[in-house]
Amino acid sequence: MDLTTTFMGLELANPIVPGASPLTDDVDNCRRLEDAGAAAIVMRSLFMEQVLREQQELASFAAHEESFAEATSFVAEPTDFALGPDEYLEKVRAIKEAVDVPVIASLNGTHGGRWTRYAKLMEQAGADGIELNLYHLPLDGSEDPVSVEQRYRDVVTEVKKQVDLPVAVKLTFFHSSPVHMARKMDEAGADGLVLFNRLYLPDIDIEELDVQPRLHLSTSGTLRLRLLWVAACFGRIEADMAVTGGIHTATDAIKAIMAGASTCQMASALLQNGPDHVATVLRDIRAWMEEHEYESVRQMCGSMSLERSPEPEAYERANYLRVLHAW
Amino acid sequence: MSETRMITWDANQATAHVAYRTNEVIAIYPITPASPMGEHADAWSARNHPNLWGDVPQVVEMQSEGGAAGAVHGALQAGALTTTFTASQGLLLMIPNLYKIAGELTSGVIHVAARTIATHALSIFGDHSDVMAARQTGMAMLASGSVQEAHDFALIAQAATLEARVPFIHFFDGFRTSHEVSKTVMLSDEQMRAMIDLDLVEAHRQRALNPERPFIRGTAQNPDVFFQSREAINPFYDRAPDVVQKTMDRFAELTGRRYRLFDYVGHPEAETVLVLMGSGAETAHETVDWLVGQGRKVGVIKVRLYRPFSLEHLVAALPATARNVVVLDRTKEPGAGGEPLYLDVLAALTEAHGAGRLDRMPRVLGGRYGLSSKEFTPAMIRGVFDNAEAEAPKNHFTVGIIDDVTHRSLDWDEDLDIEPPDVKRAIFYGLGSDGTVGANKNTIKIIGEETDFHAQGYFVYDSKKSGAITVSHLRFGPRPIRSAYLVRRAQFVACHQWVFLEKIDVLEAAEEGGTFLLNSIYGPDEVWDHLPREVQEGILRKKLRFYVIDAYRVARDAGMGGRINTIMQTCYFAISGVLPRDQAIAQIKQAIRKTYGAKGEDLVEMNFKAVDSALAHLHEVAVPDRITASWTRPPVVSDEAPDFVQKVTATIMARQGDRLPVSAFPPDGTWPAGTTRWEKRSIAQEIPIWDPDLCIQCNKCALVCPHAAIRVKTYDEAELAEAPEGWQHMPGKADLKGLAFTVQVSPDDCTGCTQCARVCPAKDKSNPRHKALDMAPLVDHRERENTNWAFFEKLAWKTPEKLRTNAKHSQLREPLFEFSGACAGCGETPYIKLLTQLFGDRLLIANATGCSSIYGGNLPTTPYTVNADGRGPAWSNSLFEDNAEFGFGFRLAVDQVTATARRLLRELAGELGGSLVGAILDAPQETDADIAAQRERVALLVKRLGGIDRPEAGQLARIADYLVRKSVWLVGGDGWAYDIGYGGLDHVLASDRDINILVMDTQVYSNTGGQASKATPRAAVAKFAAAGKPVSKKDLGMLAMAYGTAYVAQVAFGAKDTHTVQALAEAEAHRGPSLIVAYSHCIAHGYDLAHGIEQQKRAVDSGFWPLYRFRPGATPQLQLDSRPPRIPLRDFAYQEARFGMLRRADKDRADKLLALAEEDVARRFEMYQYLARHGADENK
Repeated sequence: MDLTTTFMGLELANPIVPGASPLTDDVDNCRRLEDAGAAAIVMRSLFMEQVLREQQELASFAAHEESFAEATSFVAEPTDFALGPDEYLEKVRAIKEAVDVPVIASLNGTHGGRWTRYAKLMEQAGADGIELNLYHLPLDGSEDPVSVEQRYRDVVTEVKKQVDLPVAVKLTFFHSSPVHMARKMDEAGADGLVLFNRLYLPDIDIEELDVQPRLHLSTSGTLRLRLLWVAACFGRIEADMAVTGGIHTATDAIKAIMAGASTCQMASALLQNGPDHVATVLRDIRAWMEEHEYESVRQMCGSMSLERSPEPEAYERANYLRVLHAW
Repeated sequence: MSETRMITWDANQATAHVAYRTNEVIAIYPITPASPMGEHADAWSARNHPNLWGDVPQVVEMQSEGGAAGAVHGALQAGALTTTFTASQGLLLMIPNLYKIAGELTSGVIHVAARTIATHALSIFGDHSDVMAARQTGMAMLASGSVQEAHDFALIAQAATLEARVPFIHFFDGFRTSHEVSKTVMLSDEQMRAMIDLDLVEAHRQRALNPERPFIRGTAQNPDVFFQSREAINPFYDRAPDVVQKTMDRFAELTGRRYRLFDYVGHPEAETVLVLMGSGAETAHETVDWLVGQGRKVGVIKVRLYRPFSLEHLVAALPATARNVVVLDRTKEPGAGGEPLYLDVLAALTEAHGAGRLDRMPRVLGGRYGLSSKEFTPAMIRGVFDNAEAEAPKNHFTVGIIDDVTHRSLDWDEDLDIEPPDVKRAIFYGLGSDGTVGANKNTIKIIGEETDFHAQGYFVYDSKKSGAITVSHLRFGPRPIRSAYLVRRAQFVACHQWVFLEKIDVLEAAEEGGTFLLNSIYGPDEVWDHLPREVQEGILRKKLRFYVIDAYRVARDAGMGGRINTIMQTCYFAISGVLPRDQAIAQIKQAIRKTYGAKGEDLVEMNFKAVDSALAHLHEVAVPDRITASWTRPPVVSDEAPDFVQKVTATIMARQGDRLPVSAFPPDGTWPAGTTRWEKRSIAQEIPIWDPDLCIQCNKCALVCPHAAIRVKTYDEAELAEAPEGWQHMPGKADLKGLAFTVQVSPDDCTGCTQCARVCPAKDKSNPRHKALDMAPLVDHRERENTNWAFFEKLAWKTPEKLRTNAKHSQLREPLFEFSGACAGCGETPYIKLLTQLFGDRLLIANATGCSSIYGGNLPTTPYTVNADGRGPAWSNSLFEDNAEFGFGFRLAVDQVTATARRLLRELAGELGGSLVGAILDAPQETDADIAAQRERVALLVKRLGGIDRPEAGQLARIADYLVRKSVWLVGGDGWAYDIGYGGLDHVLASDRDINILVMDTQVYSNTGGQASKATPRAAVAKFAAAGKPVSKKDLGMLAMAYGTAYVAQVAFGAKDTHTVQALAEAEAHRGPSLIVAYSHCIAHGYDLAHGIEQQKRAVDSGFWPLYRFRPGATPQLQLDSRPPRIPLRDFAYQEARFGMLRRADKDRADKLLALAEEDVARRFEMYQYLARHGADENK
């Protein structure tokens, strides 16, 4: 049976890829994931804003420097101080050394300037691909959708110009026309699309009247939204698609592939069940495919997309009407 | 001769460089202004930099300078090339060892940044009182007068000591030289190697203690032989001057820089010759050159080798034509026949004359100059020459001050300016936080290292730790710069903060036709009309070119916040034309890359952007021809201030303290209390604004305020009739019912640290962003809140006996410690303020030297104040090392006088009435109510004593206040309590005296810049522990508990404020010794102190800082007041750069140390739990 697939032009042994999470921040875990059968590793994201904030915080100690006669500084600076993306790049090298599967570095940011430099550094550190996590929340309502899309496009174009590596774009679903957005990314040169970022949705502490950013783990139910839009995109773009969010079981993975994804990124399920869960899912996929006499993953890919599904209208508004009347 | 490398650095670094390269063991201890030498050595060692022979020197911090000297002595005796760095009190602590080291003819050098010895006051600044106090030890003494000399003499001393066997003190002037940045020629390793004779190093090793060839050194000798043995060293001292000269000659061959033991400069037939040493000799050199050019026959002898003092060399240096010799000492020996250098020169010349080696005995005069870095200028030097050549000159004179009491001072011409126009001089006024000094150091580096110009920079800081003003003095010129004094006439003056225009005369030193650059929010077309009259006058009178830039806007647009350093630096280069503009910009950018490159490429980019847009925003102002100002600079202090404050304090505040005559000062160091209230600094950008509709009256805002700038009061509603418009108040809640309640900020005293607003728990339910305290711009609220503050101050404080001992009520008491110069957000001052709130009117404080003695007692204004009855804390600082003993002395004295008062009371019982006497003698004096009642009894007693006609009655009346129990507190930081003062502290804890100790534990030596102490936690980086502290924090509380008789508490006000209040109250009530170890967040921890309170909570929640109280005799004795660790240690630690930096520098080591630190936390908590349980069982 042929489980091989392609993502962002990379030939992969199977469609199960651990997505960006704290799990892939650790070299040992990456080894275990590879041993369990993971086809590639997507590293934890390097948050550009965090890098900048750390730089600024450290520079802010300078506010106490050279202002008092008895002490021209207050904090000892050790040697070879690593700041900025250095630690991350070191990690890229370490993971590359530890595993044989492709290693995809992940870059999370909101606006331009530093994207290309960091992407270049990741390339130099040995990454096999780059996932751009375009995480921008236009919360103040002043930005129109066209310029949001344009901003994303510009980033992808710029990064593609600078690096020779394949580049995937991880999108949020907050776009007024997601398929159009996907096509724009495709046109800009994205080699892969990762759908969708689940965002750090904030929670409210009703005792302290505080807003607390919390990341809740996904469930299989999270998958539905992805299925819809992957199915809609399939055939309309050239970039390979990965589903992220809601892949917990082999069934989830198969659905995602049938909708049109060539790979499935897993994070929550692995955080819950450990790296070995990759093996379980792969075993179950294999069993299901055997039972249903599928020869390859490629054969399955997109079979239930909007383009090929026997009942395309079920994806559309009719679906909504039908659900409402189903009772 | 090898290729010459120029470098710009200060003398501390220039000296440390040589000391590090030529030694194997370095024992260190922080003390201003020598600390940077140890810091450099420690940092190099942590980076494995080798010495000349490829080995990495061991750099070890000791517990005191006495300890460092002991370690130096030991390491020298055991055969290592060993050095140390120190100053002032530190050198005094080394003296016993210096006698030993010299007495045993041990080759070694110690480097001293010479600093004032504390007498009537401490001073961190430079003079020779410390080194002069070591002149009798047998150490050779070599004096440097400039950064180049400090670099060179460090090597000459090291080379000479190996040959002479006499150990050396190499010294240079603290601050003036130690901190002056100057362009120098750097010694190469080859040159250093060529100077150090390896055979002599080997000989040093052969003299070492070694069981392979044992001997005994350090015997006890008796009257029969000690004297002769002591005289046996003479040949070494006789030979030493020649050895040094020979070493200097060899140095000259290698480097081309020639020195003599006494270097003469001046007219070959000089009639008047000045003799002095240190940086003043450089200024004298410059002045003599100028005077000779003016036709005067004068000269100067620069003393290099002060000990052994070589008569022959001195006489050889003195021109035969000299009629007058004036010896200037930078020290004072009250009661002596003259200062030491004067007496040495006088004795030498008299001897030489008597022996026929000097044909004519000149008139020899002595004088003092430059104490505590007092300015010493060419004008003063000319005054000295004029005096010497007068018919009846003053002897034993002073120069540089106006002595209108004993009239010893010389006059000088303030207007004399001898600096040539080709020396470019610039002055920059900046705020500590705006990066001005750092940028200027960069500028010096750029000009020094990229052009043929010589460069010099000297930086003056004020005495505050928050909102400090810095003044940078820069010189660039074609010749070496010998001007060891502040720039007095500048062709360029920059004012980096608009607010300074209100406070100081920034144009005072601007030269006619010069340039003035102002950071202004007003553009070139509108700025003129906004200037105060004095500034407009100054610009017109001096015909200045005037430029403006809105640097904060440029910084903001570039994403740099408040850092305007590179922007103003760019403007300086653009206007001054010192370098071609493009070259200057390229150099600035290179410097930026060097500074920030390691910290982040993004910062580099931002700074580049700022540099580029600075030029676009720099504008020359078309100066009108007339004054249009609508305002003048306001008076320094309000006219309500007391006379002394108006005349003396205000003059110092206006930076005119140099002009005050001797008569202005108390002769014994006694100063009035409570003067910070007259220094309105207005340094906050934003202040807290109160909303009574939301306030829940928890009073946490007032409790956490480090500066007592936000306060709460309850008062009778009737008083509202007098309240100003806009006054805010609310009815008292719960136990404050029936009273009006107000939270009030003093806008001009607030530092804007935001802690009050952050700690405020009262949120608006429909708009939680709004709280009972919100930070709001000062400018919008200053006027109204100042009016409110004035009214608030008039409202009486409720008397303490009606208040309870909890956090909330503690803030309804008057703080008698206010508006100190501590850092914004300081974690120490809330404890001191609380102490004064609880016991301030009967409090004696012995304060160890450190942050708390600086913000507690540094002029011009001091924060300890008095209440409406005129009572308040009596405060004194003796030294760093002796504070426990010093305060113990307070207790002894108070107990003794109290015993006398009680005896007199008993003796007068017949006349006074037995019931009053009995009531006074038996009064419990435990609670506030008890104290108040006793005060009433004592008042009655004093009244009755007035009617008794016996001498004892008068005697008792004068000391009757001692019948009210006084509260004695020893206050200081961890450097004192854990390290240098631990011996004394331990002794006090072992006593049975009623004495209280408050240790504000910042876990580093905060005042000197964050060096590690034994309180520094494992895994934290600190100076002197640059690779992360490998061992765990000393558990001071546990050591104190071991006595079983001392009350011990560990507190953190930010985690549990009521616990802190309770512990202070219990400690005070305990009639034996008490120790409070108080968590104090500090800028040295490396995070924004706005988060200090949250971080204290994390410290406790992680188990890093368990809260407890150990109450001797109680059940249980040890009460754990915080819960077992609830969050991982890393959640606390990695909020702070002191831990985080190590993780970034060396992750493996950081992980290992943090894991060990986690074990420390767990083990300690388990131990406390065990003791708490076990103690409980034992007491049952």
